[in-house]
Amino acid sequence: MRSESEVVTPEDTSTRQQPVARPRWRRALGPRLRAAGLALPLVAFVVVTFAGPMVSLLTKSFHEPEIADALPETMAALRQWDGEGAPPDDVFAATAGEFVAARNERTLGRTANRVNRVVSGMRSVIMGGSRLMVEAAAEAEAAGVTTDGAFWRETMIGIDARWGTPEPWRALRDAGQRFTARHYLKALDFERGPEGGYVRQAEEWRIYVPLFWRTLKVSLGVTMLCLVVGYPIAHLIATSPPRRANVLLLLVLLPFWTSLLVRTTSWIVLLQNQGVVNDFLVAIGVIGDDGRLAMIYNMTGTFIAMTHVLLPFLVLPLYSVMRSIPPAYMSAAASLGATPLQALRRVYWPQTLPGVGAGCLLTFILAIGYYITPALVGGQSGQLISNMIAYHVQTSLNWGLAAALAALLLGGVTALYVVYDRLVGIDRIGLG
Amino acid sequence: MSVRGGLASSLGSRTARLGAAAALSTGLMAGCRLAADPRPEGMAAAAPESEERSITAVSYGGSYARAVVRGYHESFTAESGVRVDLADFMGGLAQVRAQVDSGSVYWDVVDLSVAEAVNGCDEGVLELIDPSILPPGPNGELPEDDFLPEMNTECGVGSLLGSSIFAYNREVLTGPPPTRLSDFFDLERFPGRRGMRRSPQANLEFAMMADGVPKDRLYDELSTPEGLARAFRKLDTIKDQVVWWETPAQAPQLLADGEVLMTTAANGRIFNAQVLEGQPFVIVWDGQVMDRGQLAIVAGTPRLEDAMRFLRHAATAESMAGVGRHIAYSPARYSAQALIERHAETGVEMWPHMPTNPANMKNHLMADWRWWADHGDEMLERFTAWLAR
Repeated sequence: MRSESEVVTPEDTSTRQQPVARPRWRRALGPRLRAAGLALPLVAFVVVTFAGPMVSLLTKSFHEPEIADALPETMAALRQWDGEGAPPDDVFAATAGEFVAARNERTLGRTANRVNRVVSGMRSVIMGGSRLMVEAAAEAEAAGVTTDGAFWRETMIGIDARWGTPEPWRALRDAGQRFTARHYLKALDFERGPEGGYVRQAEEWRIYVPLFWRTLKVSLGVTMLCLVVGYPIAHLIATSPPRRANVLLLLVLLPFWTSLLVRTTSWIVLLQNQGVVNDFLVAIGVIGDDGRLAMIYNMTGTFIAMTHVLLPFLVLPLYSVMRSIPPAYMSAAASLGATPLQALRRVYWPQTLPGVGAGCLLTFILAIGYYITPALVGGQSGQLISNMIAYHVQTSLNWGLAAALAALLLGGVTALYVVYDRLVGIDRIGLG
Repeated sequence: MSVRGGLASSLGSRTARLGAAAALSTGLMAGCRLAADPRPEGMAAAAPESEERSITAVSYGGSYARAVVRGYHESFTAESGVRVDLADFMGGLAQVRAQVDSGSVYWDVVDLSVAEAVNGCDEGVLELIDPSILPPGPNGELPEDDFLPEMNTECGVGSLLGSSIFAYNREVLTGPPPTRLSDFFDLERFPGRRGMRRSPQANLEFAMMADGVPKDRLYDELSTPEGLARAFRKLDTIKDQVVWWETPAQAPQLLADGEVLMTTAANGRIFNAQVLEGQPFVIVWDGQVMDRGQLAIVAGTPRLEDAMRFLRHAATAESMAGVGRHIAYSPARYSAQALIERHAETGVEMWPHMPTNPANMKNHLMADWRWWADHGDEMLERFTAWLAR
């Protein structure tokens, strides 16, 4: 007994001998957990205000349950249909019942709008038809006629002969799919073919793919312009004595503290046909009064205004990198016989590359999502893909398509980022 | 991301650190600023003040908004004690749909075209209006006889008839003047930029009429893919010369600035620039596209009772005449037309400037609201696609 009671279990030993007694993994994790706890408010904030809405919006790009939810019986009945010829009577009965009910509740308009996005022209088929179907239902009730499938088949085909063909039914069936790739197909300029399925859109109606290319080109162009303009500025600030550097830096930052809209509209004042720049050029006789330059409401306007707006994003990282380069290097290069150009190319430029990388990446990513400036000064030829996203979010309210376009844009930027990482290396980016 | 991580840790001077941090945060904010605020001016204005009651009426801004404020907002407030806050928009149902869907309705009464009001009604985003609330005319005329045909619908109360026309500035266009709609599309005889509203409404009709499509077949043609292609082909001929405007007030501004040689516009805006600012603008009435304007109430507004009272007040002949004395749109009631004589501020006789004056209606088109109700969203999409090309 005694000997047994004195048997000490391994756990006891450990607790007695080591009062601090926590397993090694917990000891290691403790501070980390605490650190993570401190970051928790931030994580929660990001999840609630950024990641959550983003995921829910991106879900809309492939998940569209509204039509299926609005017309459940129609969709169930259509599942029995082989897709050839007119559907069986019970489909007519289910559809007519739901159309009439939805029309009376005034919700059919929205469903019709959604179906119309899938197959254009369906809005008038549904809305025009349902108006008469409500009347037919009321008359039938007054006359005591039973409204069965055969009745509705005859009535609906009588109202609009198209109900006797498979097309509107196929349209309804397609539109009623909860999970769909149609928004992505549309975002890549595919349209629904006459036989169902998707075909490339006719050349003149393709818009999104050309816009993606245009956006890419403009973003690259603006980034290059910013680099060409910003590099000397950053250099000037970095090599100026502190007092003057502060003043110059303030000049770079001042526009930053001005509203984006104010800056963009000032460009309108400057660049428009009867604007300050044109007036000046006419006054000094460079151009005639009838030869005023079109510098705004086109691509030129987009380039100028976007370059101006995004310039500080390139100048600031570049400046802080340049500041950390000792001026002695350039003197050393010169003393070893390098011409100024050689010294710049082989000594100075390579050292600024981390700043160039950081600035260009920041500028490019901001440029690719820009839409306020192009919307105001871009006219039509200066519109970018984000303007179409904004249009579908705010005006057409086709959030599925907007989400698909945004997902493609996000995917594209991520792909470019990965390519950049492979070619240059993200860790080489620095801010000084 | 090492871009951001490196930022705080490695910046040299204090100035630079502050600067770059400001740079980064401003940039990030600029990106999300517009997306984050779906409620424009109307919201702040509509916030309930402790005692005072108010409603928000939405319309197209500029001189038209002035006309409705003078025309009947002021008299409504005087009569009922309910303040009317004014908000501007650019037409369309998008914001109304968004407000109803999100359940935060902060607009009460909206100025819409009949096609929009009918669509909004079908979608349940506008309140149904009982026709019995419509007031009789000043001499007891029954509303059903006194309103012009097809002015009222289930959710909309007719307010006026306005026209899309094109106009030019006599100081800029000094040569032989354009007189027909086809001149607007004639870049050879009238080289120069054109202003047009960024919207398919009226533009498709202008293009078809200028291309010689008979008016009675115009909408049938537009309903076919070939006809629609024809309209866009016509617009293609001037596309690279077009400056697109969005708010109606921009049209007279473009003319006054000499930015464009001619522009399409709402006739009332050109009229106001003529009489109030003395602008030497000339309206070409040939091929005018007339449309009906309505007032509608956003579904689910918490201020429904006041909004209905406001609508009833706006539907009186005196209110309509009040608008017609400030801007050259024809009122929706016959009895109101008779009350308008001269412009309230300048004393200019109104009748010669009204779109319904037979002298201005020699070649006009009545916009087909049924067609636009069915095809509006689709046309907007097509038009947007065409523009972006």
